[in-house]
Amino acid sequence: MKTLKINGQEFQTDADDDTPLLWVIRDEIGLTGTKFGCGIAMCGACTVHVDGAAVRSCSYPLGAIDNEAITTIEGLGTPDALHTLQAAWIDHQVAQCGYCQSGQIMSAAALLKDIPNPTDDEIDAAMSGNLCRCGTYPRIRAAIHAAAKVAALKPSGEGE
Amino acid sequence: MAKQDKKPRSTIGKIARRTFLIGSVAVAGGAAFGVWRYKTPYGNPLDDGLTEGEAALTPYVKIDAGGVTIITPRAEMGQGAQTTLAALVAEELDMPWADVKIEHGPPSKAYYNAALLEEMSGYPSIDNSSKAARARGLTQIPAKFIALQVTGGSTSVADGYEKMRLAGAAARRALVAAAAGRSGIDAAELTTRGGAVILPSGAAIAYADLAMEAAKIKLPKALELKPKSDWKLLGKSLPRLDMIGKATGTAEYSLDVRLPNMLYAAVKMGPMIGAKLRRHDASAAKDMPGVKGIIPISGGVAVLARNSWAAMQAAGEITAEFDVPETLPSSEAQFAAFADNFNVDHLDSTKRNDGDVEAAFNGGDGVIEREYRVPYLAHATMEPMNAAAHLQDGQFDVWIGTQSPLSVQQAAEKITGLGAENIHVHTMLMGGGFGRRTETDYAVQAIEIAKAVKGTPIKLTWSRENDTRCDVYRPMAMARLKGQVKDGKAHALDGQFMCASTMSSAMSRQGMPVPGADSSTVQAAWDQPFDIPHYRIRGYHSPQQLPLGYWRSVGASQNAFFHDSMMDEMAHDAGIDPLEFRLQSITHMPSRKVMERVAEMSNWGGNLPSGHARGLGFCLSFGVPSAQVIEITQSGEGIKLIRACAAVDVGTALDPRNIEAQVFGGMSFGLTAAIMGEITVENGAVVQGNFDEYDSLRMYQAPAFEVAILENEPHIRGIGEPGTPPAAPALANAVFALTGQRIRELPLGKSVDFA
Repeated sequence: MKTLKINGQEFQTDADDDTPLLWVIRDEIGLTGTKFGCGIAMCGACTVHVDGAAVRSCSYPLGAIDNEAITTIEGLGTPDALHTLQAAWIDHQVAQCGYCQSGQIMSAAALLKDIPNPTDDEIDAAMSGNLCRCGTYPRIRAAIHAAAKVAALKPSGEGE
Repeated sequence: MAKQDKKPRSTIGKIARRTFLIGSVAVAGGAAFGVWRYKTPYGNPLDDGLTEGEAALTPYVKIDAGGVTIITPRAEMGQGAQTTLAALVAEELDMPWADVKIEHGPPSKAYYNAALLEEMSGYPSIDNSSKAARARGLTQIPAKFIALQVTGGSTSVADGYEKMRLAGAAARRALVAAAAGRSGIDAAELTTRGGAVILPSGAAIAYADLAMEAAKIKLPKALELKPKSDWKLLGKSLPRLDMIGKATGTAEYSLDVRLPNMLYAAVKMGPMIGAKLRRHDASAAKDMPGVKGIIPISGGVAVLARNSWAAMQAAGEITAEFDVPETLPSSEAQFAAFADNFNVDHLDSTKRNDGDVEAAFNGGDGVIEREYRVPYLAHATMEPMNAAAHLQDGQFDVWIGTQSPLSVQQAAEKITGLGAENIHVHTMLMGGGFGRRTETDYAVQAIEIAKAVKGTPIKLTWSRENDTRCDVYRPMAMARLKGQVKDGKAHALDGQFMCASTMSSAMSRQGMPVPGADSSTVQAAWDQPFDIPHYRIRGYHSPQQLPLGYWRSVGASQNAFFHDSMMDEMAHDAGIDPLEFRLQSITHMPSRKVMERVAEMSNWGGNLPSGHARGLGFCLSFGVPSAQVIEITQSGEGIKLIRACAAVDVGTALDPRNIEAQVFGGMSFGLTAAIMGEITVENGAVVQGNFDEYDSLRMYQAPAFEVAILENEPHIRGIGEPGTPPAAPALANAVFALTGQRIRELPLGKSVDFA
């Protein structure tokens, strides 16, 4: 039995240590906002935060988690309490099929934590590991810039 | 086709019986049908699912104490169809947008797509003659009988434009009549606003409160629709109804379905769909951790396990042999076969033959001949194929992202032996469709697994490798074009287009034959709006290799590259500006306007920074003229896309922001194919498996973009596909302008480096 701290809650799992975090989160624990796209860390649909850093959970074995805090899209914000980035995503009507967007938003959140006001090149560098087949990149870029502006106006940074 | 059997209705709440929409109202609304049986309405598919206190005023409007739910006959795969179809109903119902709720319609013939077969009428989409209109009208008769409840072909808006508004208007009329009955005030004195009927006193009666009475109202045969000038929702950019869910991870795809005691399935697949399992050895898999069962199914061997990963790991340990329909030649051998097959034995169609091309070329000067080729392409939806299913005594449920729910229902009937009334297809949001989810192969597998473990719910998830290697592909294709310019204008153009038949491959999997030629082989080639004196377009067929399917924009995806690259070559060969050259041969006004607009947007002909170049691409597909200009430059890492401009004409733009998203999205899909998209066959199987071998455009590669939406076309058009075709020729033409290198084979990345 292992205890995982996800979105501020504790979960028990007896899954094997080599099980990728993605499948523990989705199938064993039941948080389905994090998506499966490729299984080889090429598409970013499975992006979550481990101690605030964006990781591809499809290639991150359960055994590599010690006591770190894991954040998934559900822990970033909810429909009733949106994260600044989620609000910007809605303002810019970013999503089409929407399947990659949990991962896109999680990558963007890690980016803004490191670089509160990123340039286009910095956005490209941080976001190019997240595939979108619908072609939402221009709106993702616009939403990240908008969220950076809003976050800059807020008195204190948003926690996770 | 499944018969829509009705369960006996007993509860008072189940008073929904309005099936008028496809009968009297549609007739009164202007559609004229010549065949009596065609008018026979299908039942209201909502009847069976109603609970106490719910009323279904039409197959598209359901009201209960909680408010109004709009049922969308087409499925959401990212294209925004659910939002726009709901807006059509909400407009006539005077619903506040914030109150609108939506559901996907259940499988039902009532939700047939009348616009789907129009492309097959034999007339170009821009032909507005009464003869062409009559032929298109006639396609609605087979559409009704076949009852294709299909999302595809950029048809959702064209099919729903009148239907959905009439549904809203009919429901509104019933609600007003109910309020009149209750209040004793004449209906003419009543208005509607904010989801309520307003009495002359200003008092409001909410629709939810009137539903039961409204369901008893006998509806008039004639309904008036709001004039465009009164629209409050349509024509505006509305927030998508699925956006909050998709931004918060709460939107539910079939991959997200969780049922009590569910087992997770993965599958060891054969080398292609349709391959038959000959023998297998699962001894290494069956005792792996978490594995609960091994089940041979159609096209593979399934593993059931405690989670998807355990199932996928075990599936990887199964060895299996398959019988394939035929041995696949390598891609190179296939192109060689194409080259040998441009002859009368393989001639499939001559859909255009103006003037006399042979005579024009005979002895004429300045004739150029070119050959182009494109590879197979996979759909690569971000959400791999998957479905959840549960067979219980006398009942079967399947949760699936599908563009064709009736086909899934029919597959379930066949496999489970249950009647349609006991089969529930829950159409989920799709993590991309692009044509892939018109197929039922993955549904069949999930249904078979659920049947084998009756009583236990299962969810089958394909690996990315399964998804790429067992797709139904955009065909590889080759084209030969011969052109001649005279007096600065296109004088003769002879195009020969070769590929295996997408239609016959796709239809044969549905058990349906394709009579006659495959129009998709010459789609967006034979019907281009160019006025060239000698103009012939012929289609050629070649034996089918990999299973083929509908891939965003279908035949237009390759033919635009062939046809429009040739137009560009003819222009350059004659020393004429490529825009000027195309405009000189275009008499179709909306096509001319999109070209002129994109020229303005891109400052065509104006100065560019040194080392930059532009390319123009044009294609008319699905009735939409679409012109694009792409600006590129040479960087140290390769060619970089700087800016893309696109202009389209959709006739009537219902939601401009969504149209913009679809145009750039479609273009982006086309650019991926143009730069890097390639599925190849070696040793009898598809080579590429995951995104490391079949990648897509990434953010750093995406250009800045601008979209203009024009409304000169007389008919309303869908926009899911027309953004895709011009992207490849626009980029290839830009590469020529930048480097002087004319590339006649996709992907372009095989010939030049891209950043």
